Amino acid sequence: MTAMLEMRNVSKSFAGVQALRDVNFSVEAGQIHALVGENGAGKSTLMKVLSGVYPAGSYEGTIVFEGEERRFRDINDSEALGIIIIHQELALIPLMSIAENIFLSHPPSKFGVIDRDEVYRRTRELLAQVGLKESPDTLITDLGVGKQQLVEIAKALSKRVRMLILDEPTASLNEADSAALLERLMAFREQGIGSILISHKLNEVAKVADHITVLRDGRTVDGIDCRAEPIQEDRIIRSMVNRDMAHRFPERSAKIGEPVMTVENWSVYHPIHPERQVIKNVNFSVRRGEVVGIAGLMGAGRTEFAMSLFGRSWGTNISGRIALEGHQIVLPSVAAAIDAGLAYVTEDRKQLGLILADDVRKNITLASLDQVAPGRVIDDIAELKIASDYRNRMRIRCSDVYQETGQLSGGNQQKVVLSKWLMTDPKVLILDEPTRGIDVGAKYEIYCIINELAEAGRGVVVISSEMPELLGICDRICVMNDGAFVGEFPGAEATQEKIMRAIMRNERSNGNGAAKAAEMGGSQP
Amino acid sequence: MTDKTVSLPDERSHGSFIKNNLRNYGMLMSLIAIMLFFQVMTGGTLLQPLNLTNLVLQNSYIVIMALGMLLVIVTGHIDLSVGSVAGFVGAVAALLMVTYKVDYTLAFIACLVVGAAIGAAQGYWVAYFKIPSFIVTLAGMLVFKGLALAVLQGQSLGPFPSTFQKLSSGFIPELLPETGTLHPTSMLIGAVLALGLVYASAKGRAREVSHGVEVEPYAFFLGKSVVLACAVLYFTYLIATYRGLPNVLVIMSALIALYGFVTRRTVIGRQIYAVGGNAKAAGLSGIKTERLTFFTFVNMGVLAALAGLVFAARLNTATPKAGLGFELDVIAACFIGGASAYGGVGRVGGAVVGAMIMGVMNNGMSILGIGIDYQQVIKGLVLLGAVCIDVYNQRR
Repeated sequence: MTAMLEMRNVSKSFAGVQALRDVNFSVEAGQIHALVGENGAGKSTLMKVLSGVYPAGSYEGTIVFEGEERRFRDINDSEALGIIIIHQELALIPLMSIAENIFLSHPPSKFGVIDRDEVYRRTRELLAQVGLKESPDTLITDLGVGKQQLVEIAKALSKRVRMLILDEPTASLNEADSAALLERLMAFREQGIGSILISHKLNEVAKVADHITVLRDGRTVDGIDCRAEPIQEDRIIRSMVNRDMAHRFPERSAKIGEPVMTVENWSVYHPIHPERQVIKNVNFSVRRGEVVGIAGLMGAGRTEFAMSLFGRSWGTNISGRIALEGHQIVLPSVAAAIDAGLAYVTEDRKQLGLILADDVRKNITLASLDQVAPGRVIDDIAELKIASDYRNRMRIRCSDVYQETGQLSGGNQQKVVLSKWLMTDPKVLILDEPTRGIDVGAKYEIYCIINELAEAGRGVVVISSEMPELLGICDRICVMNDGAFVGEFPGAEATQEKIMRAIMRNERSNGNGAAKAAEMGGSQP
Repeated sequence: MTDKTVSLPDERSHGSFIKNNLRNYGMLMSLIAIMLFFQVMTGGTLLQPLNLTNLVLQNSYIVIMALGMLLVIVTGHIDLSVGSVAGFVGAVAALLMVTYKVDYTLAFIACLVVGAAIGAAQGYWVAYFKIPSFIVTLAGMLVFKGLALAVLQGQSLGPFPSTFQKLSSGFIPELLPETGTLHPTSMLIGAVLALGLVYASAKGRAREVSHGVEVEPYAFFLGKSVVLACAVLYFTYLIATYRGLPNVLVIMSALIALYGFVTRRTVIGRQIYAVGGNAKAAGLSGIKTERLTFFTFVNMGVLAALAGLVFAARLNTATPKAGLGFELDVIAACFIGGASAYGGVGRVGGAVVGAMIMGVMNNGMSILGIGIDYQQVIKGLVLLGAVCIDVYNQRR
């Protein structure tokens, strides 16, 4: 089979920094081609070259698409040929309907007037094609992230699509939505559409990819034909990071002590719909030196639970008891929670964790300014020393502590957030999706940090949607579903199946099994 | 040959250092360029002692309000009501001092309290009810413009007690024997200030060096200090040859120093920037974001009241038209000075320089006899141009 797309000897540099070196990359029609590599390996740059974001002339090398050499001046040129890119950050307009979004740039019209019947007819067709059961009138803002992703794909399909590029499409999706999306990709394969899938989730890549290309430091370092040979995740990881990672998770020997935080009968109601109980009288505890995982589907209430504990930063009508080191405490505000020794690393670093326009130093000291400000006046040298100290300890890669955090990679940003919370010297740390959107190498470093935290006698709670991660690092895994804990396993005994079974059993007993099953059925026909 | 290769990286680092700092000092350079331009165009009138003193007096209330507005803008808000509030407080001051013969100290304090109360009232809606500040203060602008009219019953009210007038039109008392035209006390204060500034920055630099912190090149530091000291000395010399330091300049300088310190060095200053940079992240880091926003509005109210008093004292009468359009000059000063409309970015020094750019242009164009019509056009274009340059610099 001849290649549909061939990129030959592509090189690109920015102000002296070589981002791509002689990259060769080809995709066949009806192939799912996975592109993997650490953050900064050059995946996005390569895709920007392909889609014309970087116009012809600004890079070296040739692009051959469907038998002809192409020189794209901008993204419209590549779209005209059916090369459609779907970015990680969705580009939908929240307060417009699905139909309006899909036909935003080129609505079917008669004499300049939008033909609504045609718009609705075609939207329904497209939604059926991507397997999304929603009315075309539904506003984007009323959809979950998973469904929004499907709308993006429907939007791509509304144009003439020959090649679909997905940049980390499942980064913010739960397991069910991710599975649904991957099913769609496989359906497109049947239609002869070539797909390029950029992903950090190797299990997904292993599931759907026909071919895997590994980029490292702007070079292609490995190509794996998945139809010819079995996929070895270890081999991919080794190529990505150029270091043998026999263990994706660091060894740990837990020294677990007495309970450091116990939560009893905790109940939280929804802030906008106060009649809805989101957290249902749960009990929870974490011991000194213990890493406890909270597993669950998206919407299970894990983040809401954590935030309600953390100084009531989510929900209303919160009741229940918290004890830290055996003492009952009340945490009416975030400041009180921090003072008591609680820290919460948010799920969304950019929106909730960091002040991106501020430098590394200011972000690290933000939650504990008192330590560097005797008499409320900041001692800038003491601050600089503490920040530099964390930079070295956590190995934050930045030019210096005065660099803007917005310029750092995801992994380094996460280390800045962790530094901020470590500086508060917490007794209990709650980490919400601590490795989301972070490359494999940085993930390993974060796991090591989690281990160190536990070894120092802190209690660590990890909320994660990546089950292998929880299985790899936790001493104990609690399963949350629909606002309640529905299962608990020691780390050694837990498996993905056991966790999923606990969730599904609870779904059925709650009587919404049918609805969930339908949703799952829709995704996994 | 070898010599060259060794010195090269050093030179380059100097070059890049200057380039990095150009952005920080860009506005100051513009101010100097504008002053030189008008100095030449007006045939030296701009920097004549009399005119310079007038320049300070004319712009003091804008600078005072710009300090408060900077904090409001840094938290990501805006206050459109400051002009009306200043006018209203001026009217209240006249009512108290002229009509009811209240003691001027008491009236002065009462007016600041009124300003604080107004700021609190507006800040409450913005901070705790999450009503956009644009709307709240637009309402405030109308309300207080109307109230000022009501208090004055549409007429001017004055004159103020002479002691109160000294707030704006007075000069610091001369303690030393007069020497011809030069006021020695003022000159002495200027010299002490210049030396103090150089000493403080040298001490700060030495402290950083002793802790191994990377500092600016010595030549650059020396040059900067010399220029700064000379500028302060020359400025006070000019002022001292007229009637000495105006009282309001002393107040203004103290406030600039205070707000500069608060924004750069204190916990509360840092937290205000954090709230403006990312309110949610700041809140989840234990910062009481609502209280801080509320506080910046209270602060703005107090400073608007002070500016209203200064303005009333300068005119020696409270008029219903006082404060009209001040908010535009104040907001423009902050944005020209590099504050970001999205919050989280802006410096006290920048806002002061921005206010002075506006002031010098007003003054210079008036001397040149440019009509009020084209003055507005030019000021508008300068505002747009300054922000364009800033945006361009940030993209680079």
